[in-house]
Amino acid sequence: MTNHWNDIANADCMIAIGSNPVENHPAASGWITAAKERGAKLISVDPRFTRTSAIADIYCKMRSGTDVAFIGGIIKYVLDEMDQYPEKYNMVYVTEYTNASFLINPDFEGPADLDGLFSGYDPAKRSYDKSSWQYQSPEEDGTPKWDKSLKDPNCVFQHLKKHFARYDVDTVCKITGSPKDTYLEICKTYAATGAPGKTGTILYAMGTTQHTNGTQMIRSYAMLQLLLGNIGVAGGGINALRGESNVQGSTDHCLLCHILPGYLKQPTNKDETLEKLLERVTPKSGDPKSANWWQHYPKYMVSLLKAWYGDAATKGNEFGYQYLPKTTKPYNDYSWIGLFEEMYAGTIKGLMCWGQNPAVCGPNVKMERKAIENLDWLVAVDLWETETAAIWKRPGVDPSTIGVEVFLLPAAASYEKEGSITNSGRWAQWRYKAIEPPGQAKEDLWIINKLVLKLQELYARESGPNAEAITKLTWDYGDSPSADKVAREINGYNLTTGKLAASFGKLKDDGTTSSGNWLYCASYTEAGNMMARRDPSPGAFNIGLHPKWAWCWPVNRRIIYNRASVDLDGVPWDKEHPVIWWRNGKWDGDVPDGGWPPMALDPEKTKYPFIMKPEGHARIFGMGRADGPFPEHYEPWESPVDNLLSGTQNDPAFKIWGSEMDLKGDRDRYPIVCTTYRLTEHWQAGQMTRNLPWIVELMPEMFVELSQELAAEKGIVNGGRVIVETARGKVEGVALVTARFKPFQINGQTVHQVGLPWHWGYTGSSTGDSANMLTPHVGDANTMIPEFKAFLCDVRRA
Amino acid sequence: MAKAILYDATKCVACRGCQVVCKQWNELKAEFTENRGSYENPKDLSPETWIKMEFREIPRNGSVAWLFTRRACMHCTDAGCVTACPTGAVYHHDLGFVAYDKGKCTGCGYCVDFCPFEVPQLDGSRVTGLGRIDKCTFCTTHGLDRIGNGLEPACVKTCPPGALIYGDRGELVAEGNKRVAALGGNATLYGENELDGLHVLYVLTDSPETYGLPKDPKVSAAATAWKDIIQPLGWAAGGLVAGGLLINLIVARARQIRAEEEK
Repeated sequence: MTNHWNDIANADCMIAIGSNPVENHPAASGWITAAKERGAKLISVDPRFTRTSAIADIYCKMRSGTDVAFIGGIIKYVLDEMDQYPEKYNMVYVTEYTNASFLINPDFEGPADLDGLFSGYDPAKRSYDKSSWQYQSPEEDGTPKWDKSLKDPNCVFQHLKKHFARYDVDTVCKITGSPKDTYLEICKTYAATGAPGKTGTILYAMGTTQHTNGTQMIRSYAMLQLLLGNIGVAGGGINALRGESNVQGSTDHCLLCHILPGYLKQPTNKDETLEKLLERVTPKSGDPKSANWWQHYPKYMVSLLKAWYGDAATKGNEFGYQYLPKTTKPYNDYSWIGLFEEMYAGTIKGLMCWGQNPAVCGPNVKMERKAIENLDWLVAVDLWETETAAIWKRPGVDPSTIGVEVFLLPAAASYEKEGSITNSGRWAQWRYKAIEPPGQAKEDLWIINKLVLKLQELYARESGPNAEAITKLTWDYGDSPSADKVAREINGYNLTTGKLAASFGKLKDDGTTSSGNWLYCASYTEAGNMMARRDPSPGAFNIGLHPKWAWCWPVNRRIIYNRASVDLDGVPWDKEHPVIWWRNGKWDGDVPDGGWPPMALDPEKTKYPFIMKPEGHARIFGMGRADGPFPEHYEPWESPVDNLLSGTQNDPAFKIWGSEMDLKGDRDRYPIVCTTYRLTEHWQAGQMTRNLPWIVELMPEMFVELSQELAAEKGIVNGGRVIVETARGKVEGVALVTARFKPFQINGQTVHQVGLPWHWGYTGSSTGDSANMLTPHVGDANTMIPEFKAFLCDVRRA
Repeated sequence: MAKAILYDATKCVACRGCQVVCKQWNELKAEFTENRGSYENPKDLSPETWIKMEFREIPRNGSVAWLFTRRACMHCTDAGCVTACPTGAVYHHDLGFVAYDKGKCTGCGYCVDFCPFEVPQLDGSRVTGLGRIDKCTFCTTHGLDRIGNGLEPACVKTCPPGALIYGDRGELVAEGNKRVAALGGNATLYGENELDGLHVLYVLTDSPETYGLPKDPKVSAAATAWKDIIQPLGWAAGGLVAGGLLINLIVARARQIRAEEEK
């Protein structure tokens, strides 16, 4: 989240799209109702009327996978209004804080010119040459080439207008299946947050990310927010509601394949030396007004290496850079789908599943179960015997034919261990152990500590870089390791004084500082463990920043990009909910995104507000993405209809493996749209809730939600049993026939959609078919997050 | 000073944290359930389930509304169960709500018959006295008394959207009326005057019937008759078994009378 949970209460309008906050983040509902009590409107956009829709002021149905069209239409509505009534919008924000005015290479062409594609596409490689997607070369003094009147045909704003001109209300509603009057009401309601001083927030989650063009859907949200001046302000932002209590923390600490801690880039085999890596990843800017924060990259990278390799990291050995493994293949191959393709092919021999249950939660799980079965060994670290751990005795297989050797390590639950978790709002909160874990269950830290100590012992018998990568690791947490010590290492030290580093501003690239994660530098200082703070006082301007409650990255800044919350003189757009305010020569309020003076007051010393981009401006035009600088509507991989907007049916840049079990269904055989989701009552792959009798009582079995119209067509009765089938598999469940699902009218054609929760599997006290038997093995063009949310099925009475 | 719970149906998101925490705090067992084509479960209140959320889909403005309602003891002032209870097991707590002392219950089931909300549920036989009744105790369950220890009821404590508030009844009536005024339309506060005042108040966006609540709940006159006249006669008849049978006969008759009254 750019903002944080409490801050939702400051919004004037909230759109929940691609998320179901009330059901999947129930604690969020308190902040939503708090905003509503102030008169804020809640808009729920979902294929299905959910418990979020139940408390919404406006509910609008939208066919799964059509977010870009839905938001694109709102963007067009806003752009049209900006032409007619610029005074209703914050044009200063758009012109000064975003790249709307920047001039783009004249060779750039977009989907309006190229039938759904951008310039530079190579169909054989399914990828783009992005050279035409770049800014024009800057002026000699480093200032970007821009047109602040936003009239130049090569400026981002004009490209934007041309791009979204095709997203008129009628076309959009034909794609999304939304009722036109409701859709227009949403356009009007949400566009009203574009007035200076008004704010709207977009709450999204896996309903957005889990599409082949999920990243572009999120881009469309972010662009709408920028056009409305809703980024950086209280009650605004683009807010990813994380689906698990510590997903944010695990991402920050690099539980993803393409990054190191603190979002530093994973080195590839082309980054032969540390110098070459830093040359590639450290952005440059000739513009004196750009803070270009990532220019400090070398300090963070070297400090990370010092944290990991300590005295073994010296200037002479590139601070141990060569100990790091380098990737040899594109990003996709290391993502979830890529890894399971490799296991299926037999290339990967072993797997550690740590609080993960791929035999339930993986896409095309029939194939992924087979992939797990192909392994030589599997270690499952979990609270219960998961479906993954029980892979060798799953229904329908003969255990004697399955070779994989399974080790099940019982793990401690969250209340049985100490440590930090980082919530969606980037708040790292320290938690204490309440009780001892049962039986032989051990803390994760204990398990990884034993494992690494043993590896060090084993590798000590060998030599060479492979062994040294392990043996040279600083691993000094003791035999009863303490989370406190790890937290200090993550913060980092001044290695000369031995004191904890005060903030990442103090980190250096000469080996005199360490930090296990530069973003968390300042979380544990000489003043103590900041994450353990429990002072609930609301803080400046009473907008619920709670600066002394726990600790928030970066540097306890509660709302990021907050220098966009003020005008050029440093005065808040919204004086009722100021985030920062330039008064008496200094900033009051939240920790500002850099302490430079406001842009109009001190043009010499000031910096642009979006400091993480080398150009200092938020990117309405985003040249970094794999599939285009603007979001374009494409249909899901499996779709019941042709793309109405262009001849390009699918996102042109996602990877398709196409191995023998990666089957694709066609719309003649599978005409119904299917989606998967979670319930309030169950948790992820279900092990933590399907074993709790009180929870099982609430939601005892697998079910399928479908409309009364589809049920009538198929002779299905409420409470009866139903089978859902896709090209990949089938599942059975109780039919839940409901008025909360309605058929869509898509360009004159009736399209049905059904939905299933994905919590069930074959172990635990409540068992049932896994919805992921149905889902496809394709993922987003940028992230490879699987397309769990939109695919094709057929439905029949069991 | 009477205490109460204010339930605001417009804030409730039916997460059912209240259902689970009630079982956790009061040490109640899970029931075996099945999906009956609904999000709702268990089927109804029982000695092991003192609160459940009801889900209702109704058409509204060309779309649908999904209404959530709390179903649990309403803690009436004019409480049929208290009137009918022969042993004082069900009684008015000093703070106004209807508490329940399991130790004094003989399992006769009369409270079941006289509750206009059909809240107390009987498990077992009323003839043999082996029946078991249980219901919401307003978190004054023996040995697990939250109220007496200065805590709010467990359901209120857990409610994420703040749809449940605990406090002085007078203040909650005022708060409820304020909410209703702000909501406008058909919004109503249920429980302010019903049965001389409930100790669970409901902010509703629509008529009580839409939420499955009786519009004008009444305690059958038979309950009073039972308590003041029949009960002394019953005991005077002597012989526990005989008395029990007679009482059951009379109550069956009373139930018939009530059924006729309802017609």
